[in-house]
Amino acid sequence: MDSHTIWLHRYSLLLACMTLFLVVAGGTVTSKEAGLSVPDWPLSYGQIMPKMKGGIFYEHGHRMVATTVGFMTIVIAVWLWRSDPRAWMRWLGLAALAGVIVQGVLGGITVLFLLPKPVSISHACLAELFFSTTCAIALFTSPGWKRAPVIIEPQGWSSRPSSILWLPVAVLAQVALGAAFRHKALDLVYHVLGAAAVTGLVLHACITLLMHFPRHEALRRTAFSLIAITFAQVFLGVAAYMSRVATAGDPQPMPVMVLFTVAHVAMGALTMAFSVLLVIQVHRHACPGNPEPLRVEYASHA
Amino acid sequence: MIRKILFVCFLIAVMILAGCGGSTTTETKKEELKQPTAAPAVAPEPGGAAIEGKVAFVGAKPARTPVSMDATPQCSRQHSSPPLSEVAIVNDNGTLKNVFVYVKAGLPNQTWPAPKGPVTIDQSGCMYKPHVTGVMVGQNVEFLNNDPTNHNVHPLPMVNREWNQSQAPKGDPIIRTFDKEEIMVPIKCNLHPWMRVYVGVVSHPFFAVSGDDGAFAIKGLPAGEYTLEAWHERFPKQELKVKVDAAGVAKAEFTFKG
Repeated sequence: MDSHTIWLHRYSLLLACMTLFLVVAGGTVTSKEAGLSVPDWPLSYGQIMPKMKGGIFYEHGHRMVATTVGFMTIVIAVWLWRSDPRAWMRWLGLAALAGVIVQGVLGGITVLFLLPKPVSISHACLAELFFSTTCAIALFTSPGWKRAPVIIEPQGWSSRPSSILWLPVAVLAQVALGAAFRHKALDLVYHVLGAAAVTGLVLHACITLLMHFPRHEALRRTAFSLIAITFAQVFLGVAAYMSRVATAGDPQPMPVMVLFTVAHVAMGALTMAFSVLLVIQVHRHACPGNPEPLRVEYASHA
Repeated sequence: MIRKILFVCFLIAVMILAGCGGSTTTETKKEELKQPTAAPAVAPEPGGAAIEGKVAFVGAKPARTPVSMDATPQCSRQHSSPPLSEVAIVNDNGTLKNVFVYVKAGLPNQTWPAPKGPVTIDQSGCMYKPHVTGVMVGQNVEFLNNDPTNHNVHPLPMVNREWNQSQAPKGDPIIRTFDKEEIMVPIKCNLHPWMRVYVGVVSHPFFAVSGDDGAFAIKGLPAGEYTLEAWHERFPKQELKVKVDAAGVAKAEFTFKG
């Protein structure tokens, strides 16, 4: 890989990390009940930089991180458009830019219209979709992606890949149910039922992949990562609920509840991203008729 | 292909359901109180009947957590030690403070004019004072900021109109009204998450809030049989039927369990 491509990849990783930090910042705003501590948008109390007191620190801090991510997305969109030979990749950069702009507008609408529930929930879901997009860009610009896919000869696998596609859709639905609970639109029971369903789907998809392709490095790595992330997410969800119950009588959001809840939100973003990455990896390596093979190898497997 | 379309439709339905569902969490549930029908306005009977009582508490006394104001020095500096939470205050005499008691049913079909004077809610020491109060429909509620820092007054009603207004230190009072009955309207400050006041909005003047001795008194009632409701922010609501004679005083006692 030339140095230009290496730096593009490193920059895309930085963007993905900053986006995850933005998800954490946004989750903190909600958990600290600081949403609407800045009642105007796009300025804050009529200023670019207000005094960062109380809830303003979290709300305006979130806006500052979002602005940074927005500018970084502009850079990567321009960089990809000017330098990447793959047409779909150039359009993906523009799609990421459109996503972050829409996300900013949704954020503004939540402020101006006092947190309407559908908008707040959409803001949460789009955040995770955008994070998944940044992770996908990081994967597509990675050295591993530049190498040819290791095509696995499908053995009784022809109908499986389409079921893998359901995984990110199910995770996104679960994110929506979680956001609906956080914004007091739905009871927790729906999110808990969703968690059980998504965990089952993740285990089914990943175990099936691992059984069919036990020696395929890219698929193994992604599948194991998704399993680990999902278990961590379930643990954090239980911890977030228990801390919420334990501190229900307290006059303000307590640090332990905020910590577990925000960690749960961030891990949800990772769950979403890795489910998307798994779909990408399956499509690349395990689907016959893949449009991009530069070199074909058939790996033997038990 | 059809399965994919159906699944996308399911996802959209989930998101719409998530956005449009009603709140069923521990926040104030939507109270569809029967709005009073139009009737001639009548002034409260002077020297009418009264209901007096107290709100008792049995069980383990809830601990009052210290409120952490460290994030805002302008708030923490006003207290020699962190103030205690007002979520559940059990008085020394075993009664419960800040219980909103009002006549829920039994009043004659007439309207009562809202008082011209406002109900005042002060932001002082970075706490709302009082913590629970009542106001009549259409009566002015006046928010004062006697703190050396900004506050955001943000009611979270289910029935009334929601608004959010920042208020500068020692700034002009915010004067608003609530146009519909609602039990209760939580009001918070977005800058300081521990700040919370609950306002009961009723269409008549027959309500009270239990004080430091757990006592309450509702005066000027016409004779009749009434249903009283007692609301507390943490414990489940309670109802009581009380009969009062003309110019008499009826006793009522609620007991909340911890």
